[in-house]
Amino acid sequence: MKEIFEILEQNGRATPEQISTMVDKPVREVEKIIKQAEKDGTILKYKTIINWSKLSEEDIWALIEVRVTPQRDVGFDAIAERVYQFPEVYSAYLVSGTYDLAILVKGKNMQEISSFVTEKLAPLERVQSTVTHFLLKRYKENGETFHLPKEINKRLPITL
Amino acid sequence: MLNTKSAPTQARDNLISQKVTSLPPSGIRKFFDLLSSMEDIISLGIGEPDFVTPWHIREAGTYSLEKGYTMYTSNSGMSELRQELASYLELRYGVSYHPEHEILVTTGTSEGLDLALRAIINPGDEVIIPDPCYVAYPADIILAGGVPILVPTNEENNFVIKATDIEARITKQTKAILIGYPANPTGAVMSQKEADAIAGLAKKYDLLVISDELYARLVYGAEHICFPSLPGMKERTILIRGFSKSHAMTGWRIGYVSADRRFIQALAKIHQYTMLSAPTMAQVAAIEALRNGESEVEKMVQEYNRRRRFMVKRLNEIGLPCFEPKGAFYAFPSIKATGMNSEEFAERLLLEEKVAVVPGTAFGQCGEGFVRCCYATSLSSIEEALRRMDRFIRKNRLKSE
Repeated sequence: MKEIFEILEQNGRATPEQISTMVDKPVREVEKIIKQAEKDGTILKYKTIINWSKLSEEDIWALIEVRVTPQRDVGFDAIAERVYQFPEVYSAYLVSGTYDLAILVKGKNMQEISSFVTEKLAPLERVQSTVTHFLLKRYKENGETFHLPKEINKRLPITL
Repeated sequence: MLNTKSAPTQARDNLISQKVTSLPPSGIRKFFDLLSSMEDIISLGIGEPDFVTPWHIREAGTYSLEKGYTMYTSNSGMSELRQELASYLELRYGVSYHPEHEILVTTGTSEGLDLALRAIINPGDEVIIPDPCYVAYPADIILAGGVPILVPTNEENNFVIKATDIEARITKQTKAILIGYPANPTGAVMSQKEADAIAGLAKKYDLLVISDELYARLVYGAEHICFPSLPGMKERTILIRGFSKSHAMTGWRIGYVSADRRFIQALAKIHQYTMLSAPTMAQVAAIEALRNGESEVEKMVQEYNRRRRFMVKRLNEIGLPCFEPKGAFYAFPSIKATGMNSEEFAERLLLEEKVAVVPGTAFGQCGEGFVRCCYATSLSSIEEALRRMDRFIRKNRLKSE
């Protein structure tokens, strides 16, 4: 069953027919497993990885370290939720170390990100401090590389 | 004194040795030239992984260069590597080799095969091989002064050489049986029963077995039988293995031979005069491959397996019946229903649909009626290739009707 999800994680467009052949299970069974997974949230969504720089429409990204004060009973979750609900926040993690939340923020330009930090994030009650790192270059994301030259076939066309 | 004016090459026709002259030319030369002149082809004719060597292995190789490991190693290979190899074979197949005396690191499996044959063959000695088989087998036997004795294999026995067929061809001159399972070009694997029967013959007639197990790690739903692990066979088996297919390391040229010390001594003698030592960088990389490469191997095997199932199913669907290949990364479908011979099929498929496959006859006469399709290529390429093959077959069926 795990294999079905591994295949879909690599290729969201793999059809149940293709998957069924690859894992040697009946199509119906594969369809059923996928349906169930979509229902129970094992599969959250099907997305596409776009290399936006190709379209010269790259967003500005920043990795922000946030130090917060945890709250009685709910710990970090309540403040984390207040932070990650902002649509500017692309990813959010609770981390160990010298700060508490690591968030990845997306904006059209630097201005947009700085106003998010100064007007929305920093003023939040329980946010003690923030450190903003603007991303200069993206090398790899979600297991995919961005800046490698397109893979050319280095193999001879025929070998015995 | 050099006389640059005369041109003796014109006068003598024996400048090239008879042995080399007698070697058959590569069965696919013409095909290869044709292929090289074409664009946008999908090639199922490749005999190597499409994966790049896992990064941690490449990194180890790079590091060895940075550190200046650019000298020869001991003839037999770095002792660290031989120790890793010994424990790997012991752990995985329960066959134990002494790292100092029973393992020789070679420049790829090809060198190991050549050494093994040259070390054991006296002029006229016969070596039994399956037909079809990897192209180097008959050629290397001839170069070593031996006589290749072909044993036909076919669909009925899933292209696995049968002990009874071998026995029928054993003569006083027979020195060894050379087998390679999982097999290139057929993808066949050997069953325990057949392996036991062949081992029995080797003992009965006092023969050696040269077991080329380059594809050993690429098996699907089958257990690989390591020939020297069979009872009483370690003493009479020369085991040839490498990293090319399992760790996607074809270009590194690294392999090894394991056998009883009297054989390794003999092989090492030739090796020390002809090769000195295997590439040092590749040896360092191989150590890393053995220590930390297992999960990458498993990932690649899993990926090959998905493509394998896909290709075999589609081949059968489009009317090219194919037995289930349980090893390597080849499918060997029959193209007899098309009425074409292997070469014609391959050539026309290439010209009409730009898909390259290898005619079975490149691997021996018994490959007639079959083509080798390699599934070590992306799933999307396999899909497209099979779509084109489907179209090719329909078109030709309509024509003939």
